[in-house]
Amino acid sequence: MANQVDYERIGRAARARSLAGKAVIYALLTLWALMVLFPFYWMVLSSVKSYSAYNSEYVPRFFTLSPTLQNYADAFTAVSLGRYFLNTLIFTLVTTAVMLAVVVLAAFAFARLEFKGKNIAFTLFLSLMMIPNELVVITNFVTITNLGLRNTFTGLILPSVTSVFYIYLLKENFEQIPGELYRAAKVDGTSDFKYLLRVMLPISQPTIVTITILKIIECWNAYVWPRLITDNEAYFLVSNGIQEIRENGFGRENIPAMMAAVVVISVPLIVLFLIFHKKIMAGVSRGGTKG
Amino acid sequence: MGMRVVLEHLTKVFPNRNRKIHSDVIAVNDFSFEIPDGQLVGLLGPSGCGKSTTLNLICGLETPTSGKIIFGDDDVTRLPPENRGVGFVFQNYALYPHLTVLENILFPLQNLKGSAKLSKEEMLRRARDAARLVQIDTLLDRKPSEMSGGQQQRVAIARALVKMPRVLLLDEPLSNLDARLRLQTREEIRRIQQETKITTIFVTHDQEEAMSISDMIVVMKDGVVQQIGRPQDVYDSPINLFVAKFLGTPPINVFEGRVKNGRLFAGENDILPAKGVSDREVYVGIRPEGFILDENGPLACGLTRVEVMGRDTSVVSTHPAAQSVSIRSIISAENRVDTDSKTVRFSVKPAKVFIFDRETEERIRFSAD
Amino acid sequence: MKNNNLKGWLYLLPAILFLGCFMVYPLIDVLVYSFEEGYNFASQTSFGLGLYNYAYVLHDGYFLQAVKNTFILVIITVPLSTGVALLISLGLNAIKPLRNLYQTIYFLPYVTNTLAVGLVFMILFKKTAYTDGMVNLLIHFFGGESVDFIDGPYWAKMFVMCFYTVWVVMPFKVLILTSALASVNPDYYRAARVDATPKRRIFTRITLPMISPMVFYLIITGFIGAFKAYSDEVALFGTDLNAAGMNTIVGYVYDMLYGDSGGYPSYASAAALILFVIVLTITCVNLLVSKKHVHY
Repeated sequence: MANQVDYERIGRAARARSLAGKAVIYALLTLWALMVLFPFYWMVLSSVKSYSAYNSEYVPRFFTLSPTLQNYADAFTAVSLGRYFLNTLIFTLVTTAVMLAVVVLAAFAFARLEFKGKNIAFTLFLSLMMIPNELVVITNFVTITNLGLRNTFTGLILPSVTSVFYIYLLKENFEQIPGELYRAAKVDGTSDFKYLLRVMLPISQPTIVTITILKIIECWNAYVWPRLITDNEAYFLVSNGIQEIRENGFGRENIPAMMAAVVVISVPLIVLFLIFHKKIMAGVSRGGTKG
Repeated sequence: MGMRVVLEHLTKVFPNRNRKIHSDVIAVNDFSFEIPDGQLVGLLGPSGCGKSTTLNLICGLETPTSGKIIFGDDDVTRLPPENRGVGFVFQNYALYPHLTVLENILFPLQNLKGSAKLSKEEMLRRARDAARLVQIDTLLDRKPSEMSGGQQQRVAIARALVKMPRVLLLDEPLSNLDARLRLQTREEIRRIQQETKITTIFVTHDQEEAMSISDMIVVMKDGVVQQIGRPQDVYDSPINLFVAKFLGTPPINVFEGRVKNGRLFAGENDILPAKGVSDREVYVGIRPEGFILDENGPLACGLTRVEVMGRDTSVVSTHPAAQSVSIRSIISAENRVDTDSKTVRFSVKPAKVFIFDRETEERIRFSAD
Repeated sequence: MKNNNLKGWLYLLPAILFLGCFMVYPLIDVLVYSFEEGYNFASQTSFGLGLYNYAYVLHDGYFLQAVKNTFILVIITVPLSTGVALLISLGLNAIKPLRNLYQTIYFLPYVTNTLAVGLVFMILFKKTAYTDGMVNLLIHFFGGESVDFIDGPYWAKMFVMCFYTVWVVMPFKVLILTSALASVNPDYYRAARVDATPKRRIFTRITLPMISPMVFYLIITGFIGAFKAYSDEVALFGTDLNAAGMNTIVGYVYDMLYGDSGGYPSYASAAALILFVIVLTITCVNLLVSKKHVHY
């Protein structure tokens, strides 16, 4: 009987240990969640404090009782935030659309068409994946400058419309579509292009969506290239705009207005994320890298 | 070396996650059973019948909602698996892919702590013994990916045995093997069990597998134990229609029938006397080997075809009251069937005929004399 | 058949054109630039070929500062972020309720504009005439001395830079490691439990070997990413990174190319190629090490 008591105690101790472990885990996870969320909270909070209230708080307060939207009005009137926004939208949409066309055509050629030199071409493409952007940006800058394309959308967009990695990703995806489908379509007299549009694209829709979302995020956050290629405010994207605001806008100390601008440019992607968070996370874990 | 295992009113309820259905899932319902020392027991049933949950409860990977589990004299119900002294062989073997066979077998021994701790030599000796027992002692340096399914299965068994468990549990041990290996491996499991005398419980959905090697079988359905007994006893005396249908290949032939004035009818055919049963609607089950070819027999069937299989002949025929499209009977090959004939007639062996209540599907005992 | 050949290349044409113009040609060109001595951007002429550009860059104090900053950043943030991400992922893997919520929250920084959020970090850490800032408030609370993290001492600026970098790279790492952990067959853990395996041993002997390919993938991409750090620094310290003493190698390249200190594509090219060689070397070393330690 003594034996039995012993077993009961082991069992109880094991359960208590696992309960304590869970509590510690939740505490630590919550701590990190707070570290992630706090900057977002702070930016929203600061953006609704009035200029005078913000600057009179030597010890910053964690809440405000008199929220104001004045900063948002300032953000759109004192600097051309609306313009930056529109520019980014145009840049993002056009770049993503052109890139999709280029990438889809190339991936289709590699996945389904038979032609001489295909393997060599593909190997060369793959080897380009290793080339960091920093290495080619210098010449591209010179090229675009010499072409007189600085401060134009063309100059902004052209170097950003191909991605070897996305071609690779899509080609892999295309290849998983059974070859019988292609042969069946050929027997029915479907042209290659029609087959691509009517069969392959719909089947590969999840990958296309992933690529699109990743590219949109990339475009929305683009900073280095737009900064090199634009010095006219009329062509600034949001990243450059925010940098401009930081250095020259609002007078250096109007932090609430600055935060309002930050909120405004962060919102579109966060909304996109909240809607598609499952798709985005699945897509990124399948093959996204940042930068 | 073995150990008695007692299950008392074991019940496991899984809270329902699907909001559309509002009832919880009762995976195991009031399971009581005493497994005697050193026996090989097969838990048998269709998928979703709760047999794997039962195994996990015995192992400790799941905790029962109510009821008790006793090993020997110890109540282990609330004990985590690592303190129970059980060996578990997983359906997909769960061999660590980055470790060699020897490292895999050594793994449980290296976990021993305190007074149970072994010297390096002792660990190696025991690992080698276990490997020899399952006849993989020449493959110790391989990685699991370099072995066949059957060999992996043996490694998994060796890993479970090496720590000398009180109870050995196997989850669908043969399901990942091809047909030929399955036959061989089940003999192997039987041999190992008899050599080690460890109380062994295994789960399977394949009745042939369970019947062929078990000392005892437990037939389950929807979380409820249907029947427990020696394989032959359960086969010869099923408790209800489900058990009768589940055991035996080819399966039992079921007819709609009735008992009237002490006679048993399959459809309109008066096949046997049935004493001690009041008049009622029944199902009549006749094992394939329960048919006798008889020109004047009472059971008149339409002949479909005859399959000669050497020792036996299998007659495939139809009957209007049969529940399945065709009925299959096995008769000795010495009997010649006139294959040109459109019909065939049988009489039946009373011991191979069971009747079941039409409503409850419980077996009704009757006497044919 | 001939028709088919043409068609294949036709489909590839746009990609080839774009890649040719903006990737292959620049690649050759950057090599040429880096060896052209005394290149003049306005007249587009040079004196001749030589190693002078490399020598200049390697003796430039700003470049050496940038190399130092970059190496410190890499050495601190890559192991730290990978380690913390591993801990967080293990934690996430151990819980069931709220797991999706935590995962979603942790991923949030990935989709935000790093320039914009960097501004928030700057405000949190900055000390001005009006306020000591949020972080200094915390330091006061624990009885410490307040520091200006943005315009103050070097170590303080380095701390903010590393902190922000870790904050930014964490979502990707947590995501990758969480899915790697989730893809380990649970039977391995059940088998280990039945065998009374201690927690630490489960981690070192089962979990870690199983996810080792992904851990090495993260370390390799982490090194590459951290060596290319630039925009996070701009967000924190402004565009004039040399003045702040917080420039990175990539920052140096862009400064040489453009802006107040720009107009020297040759120096920029030399610096970019040096960076490329460093990254390539470290990636190769990483791959060699991972070959030894990744088990399958």
